[in-house]
Amino acid sequence: MSFETWMALQQLYADYAAALDAGDWDRWPQFFTEQCVYRIQPRENHERGFPLATLSLSSRAMLQDRVYGIRETLFHDPYYQRHVVGVPCIRQVEGNHIHCEANYAVFRTKLSEPTTVFNVGRYIDVVARTPEGLRLASRECIYDTELIPNAIIYPI
Amino acid sequence: MPPDPTSRHSSSLPAWPSEGTHEIPFAAYTDDATYRRELERFFYKGHWCYVGLEAEVPRPGDFKRTVIGERSVILVRDEQGALQVIENVCAHRGMRFCRERHGNRKEFVCPYHQWSYTLRGDLQGVPLRRGVKQDGQWLGGMPADFKPAEHGLTRLRVATRGGVVFASFDEQVESLEEFLGPEILRWFDRLFNGRALRVLGYNRQRIPGNWKLMQENIKDPYHPGLLHTWFVTFGLWRADNRSQLRMDAHGRHAAMISTRGKAGAAGTVTAVSSFKQGMALHDPSLLDIVPEPWWGEPSVVMTTLFPSVIFQQQVNSVSTRHIQPVGPGAFDFVWTHFGFDDDTPEMTERRLRQANLFGPAGYVSADDGEVIEFSQQAFASKPDGQALAELGGRGAEDTEHMVTETLIRGMYRYWRRVMEAQS
Repeated sequence: MSFETWMALQQLYADYAAALDAGDWDRWPQFFTEQCVYRIQPRENHERGFPLATLSLSSRAMLQDRVYGIRETLFHDPYYQRHVVGVPCIRQVEGNHIHCEANYAVFRTKLSEPTTVFNVGRYIDVVARTPEGLRLASRECIYDTELIPNAIIYPI
Repeated sequence: MPPDPTSRHSSSLPAWPSEGTHEIPFAAYTDDATYRRELERFFYKGHWCYVGLEAEVPRPGDFKRTVIGERSVILVRDEQGALQVIENVCAHRGMRFCRERHGNRKEFVCPYHQWSYTLRGDLQGVPLRRGVKQDGQWLGGMPADFKPAEHGLTRLRVATRGGVVFASFDEQVESLEEFLGPEILRWFDRLFNGRALRVLGYNRQRIPGNWKLMQENIKDPYHPGLLHTWFVTFGLWRADNRSQLRMDAHGRHAAMISTRGKAGAAGTVTAVSSFKQGMALHDPSLLDIVPEPWWGEPSVVMTTLFPSVIFQQQVNSVSTRHIQPVGPGAFDFVWTHFGFDDDTPEMTERRLRQANLFGPAGYVSADDGEVIEFSQQAFASKPDGQALAELGGRGAEDTEHMVTETLIRGMYRYWRRVMEAQS
């Protein structure tokens, strides 16, 4: 992998986390390819081979629908997110696709409340080189957190 | 059977403001003595509680650790293929010995002192039972009259139907079929009609609210068209959908049965003009609903079994939702999504896609957890307050419409009868 690609990959991870921490939901689908996969799945299901995910979206259009849901239909307590994402570990590069993983921790802060650990896990990613730059063809958030603290509203 | 309803006493439990159950004291959701009595009278006595699906333990030796009330239990298939439910408490020092949540075992061993048990919970080995031999004498060991047969694990009664497994700590509990009653049994059998089930996976969340609020949520057809604006926005819910609300003879279990309506704009029946209507999904595959022969007429049937489980059929998405109380102020909510052995790959895909509507991140479920949390916050801060459930009147009877809180009143009629009975 070239230094430029490595830098671009780092930038993708950093930009993604920054957009989510800023609550910039319109930006979120733009990190993905059109035929993307986005999943938030318990580690238990992942390791036992169960297909169920807590959230499973299979196109950029579905991500846009999720944004609509967050903004317009899903009543929820507003909260801040803060992502801390580790350095990606490159598993494989084949053609225009980079298979990589990174640990993440998301802290949640509700208004007038202390900050708590919200969701901890790893991203399992397939990153595609496109004419527009690197995009996520697939991002699976495989989380350790055994009990979701009530609800997951925003993307991770 | 429920305790004799004729004798009542107030003890120190929170007082109800009126004879009926249309005004519910906030303290019923927060009071610790009330909660302890609920565990004893609902979860540990007189009721069948959900423990899992047969498909979770298909082979001899397969086990699943789960919970009834606050007690840890193990569902296991023994060597003969029979289902056993044993309490996860070592007969020696009381340790919760089983730490894995699932697996396969030939026996259960408590690591503390290596007491070992068969899959039926019988004590089979006690290290140093006869002591140690030193200088020609036996020293220590268990008393000569120690009988292993008297020190097995607590074994629960077990009942299965349609691939669903229930257990009870109560030796005297009525049969599962009597417990469900004919009306609820009918809806249970519609979903679990004998086909083998296939587990699709789990979701686990902790909701910081009293466990009864989740029962109430699924006995309340008033809120879906109002809280879950996603339903209304995308045309999945109308308050005038053809529907029935059904209870068992005690009012403790219920089924909300509805058939998707065909005509008319959503706003005309919700009367909430701010809702956006006629919105289209960017990706409509989420709403790729395919009717299945076993449905019959209804497209949605939500069944609440008191106290421990909810069975969901929302179009193609089916799941069990297990209520596991954690003190009066919280419960763990465990979702097991499943399909059927004869599902095509497309149907499995469809069930998984529609699962996006449900669970801790679901379009029409995440907000249920939120409102339960915020109700509990108010209950805790205002012990003298009371919740109101008067929609559709003050009695509790079956209805042919959704604009009523009758099922909540029915549940509390039963709740009061059991909770207020002498012992």
